[in-house]
Amino acid sequence: MRLKDKRLNILEYFYIPPILKGMGITLRHFFSRKVTVQYPKVKKEIYPRFRGAHRLEKNEQGREKCVACELCATVCPSKAITIEAAESPDPEVEKYPLRYEINVLRCIFCGFCVEACPKEAIAMTDRYELADYSREALVYNKEMLLK
Amino acid sequence: MDWIGLGIIVAKIVFFLLVGFTAAGYVMNLAERKISAFMQDRLGPNRVGFWGLLQPVADIIKLFFKEDVVTDRASKVIYFVAPMIIAFTALSALAVIPLTDVLTFFGRGMAIQIANLNVGILFIFAIASLGTYGAVLSGWAGNSKYSFLGGLRSSAQMISYEVSMGLSIIGILMIFESLRLNDIILGQSPLLWGFLPKWGIVVQPLAFIIFLTAAFAETNRVPFDLQEADAELVAGFHTEFSNSMKFGMFFMAEYINMFTSSAVIVILFFGGWQIPGISTAEIVSFFISLGASEFFASLFTILLQLGVTFAKIAFFMFLFVWVRWTIPRFRYDQLMNLGWKGLLPLAILNILATGLVMVII
Ligand code: SF4
Ligand code: SF4
Repeated sequence: MRLKDKRLNILEYFYIPPILKGMGITLRHFFSRKVTVQYPKVKKEIYPRFRGAHRLEKNEQGREKCVACELCATVCPSKAITIEAAESPDPEVEKYPLRYEINVLRCIFCGFCVEACPKEAIAMTDRYELADYSREALVYNKEMLLK
Repeated sequence: MDWIGLGIIVAKIVFFLLVGFTAAGYVMNLAERKISAFMQDRLGPNRVGFWGLLQPVADIIKLFFKEDVVTDRASKVIYFVAPMIIAFTALSALAVIPLTDVLTFFGRGMAIQIANLNVGILFIFAIASLGTYGAVLSGWAGNSKYSFLGGLRSSAQMISYEVSMGLSIIGILMIFESLRLNDIILGQSPLLWGFLPKWGIVVQPLAFIIFLTAAFAETNRVPFDLQEADAELVAGFHTEFSNSMKFGMFFMAEYINMFTSSAVIVILFFGGWQIPGISTAEIVSFFISLGASEFFASLFTILLQLGVTFAKIAFFMFLFVWVRWTIPRFRYDQLMNLGWKGLLPLAILNILATGLVMVII
């Protein structure tokens, strides 16, 4: 099939009517409501399923729920989680994480770790202002995550 | 020449430099960003000062403190001279722009205009085409392919559009029979059929459209900013002037050129300082009838006329920005087509038609 070029008529050839139409549109937007959210002063509404920084959940005794099964570390697509397991002092529980670190610089906030966890021991908060001054400060350890 | 006359001229030059730097450099810098932001449903700069009003100050400070990088292979002399040429030509074109009518102060006729040249409009054209050298030379001096292409495009574009620009105003010159800007403005004062001011746009509508289009090309504004073309040529002819005050000069010269072009459009087609149907003498006598002394009557009149001129110019500056944020850039061949096959024949046709009508009437 051959497509035919549509010939411009004389008005279109001198570009003026289309330009005027376009200028009408920009003028309308000039007076319309602005969509800018003035960020540090005004914050966007955060929805319940927002995926921000992680948090480790605690059980009734105030200990971490995590049993160091390492499912989260396995599923994590960016290998951001490091777990070192140890024998738990609690007789009910077999293992607990001696060391639990999430490298937020690597994390892509996909939430797979939350989905994978059989104990619902890890969750995501709505905290998203994570900037810090050093790389080390952005590797969150167990104490920080339990807070 | 007496000392007072000399002092007045110096004061006028200072005034025009101030207008050039503040109105063009400062206000337009901010206005361009605010208007573009508003047209894109954003707020634009609003952090520095109330409503972002001090943003240009921050920019100027930044420009002054930036390191002045000179590329190793640049032609050093031209590299330094080119931005000066651009800024110099942009500022000197302001010299013949009349912002008000001649008024009497202490028995001395005065207008806010540096030189009342009898070839005012030609002077502006001459200076404007000199400005092209700045663009071409800076494109050459940077010794980079992008700036070189930008410089080439700028010369080609200027030549094509200056022709139709010059031809488009011939009809105006035929009707008002003068090259002196003040005479052209005064020639636009009579009313046609009692209500329509005999403005250039009324008697020469086609010339207005051609001139406006060519003015966009002359000031390198979108849709004819092919020599900058940031999507294709990084920043065109001033790519190598990436920072420092040299870049600031290009930036400012663009806005001053915009101011000059708007002023010329206002003078040729919109009656300059005039309020339709009211002459300068009538305004002065109106203020005197209100009880003002002769000096203050003149002062108020001059301020009023200044306000009227600036309002008209401001509208066209807004138009420049408005168009920039509405339509995309022309392709190079389209640009040449429009210039040589569209505007040029139209301009010649306009001269013929004007001549015929003038012979018949
Ligand atoms: S959110 Fe995704 S990337 Fe981040 S730690 Fe969990 S699984 Fe890894
Ligand atoms: S999946 Fe849950 S229980 Fe298993 S190691 Fe990760 S956080 Fe702990």
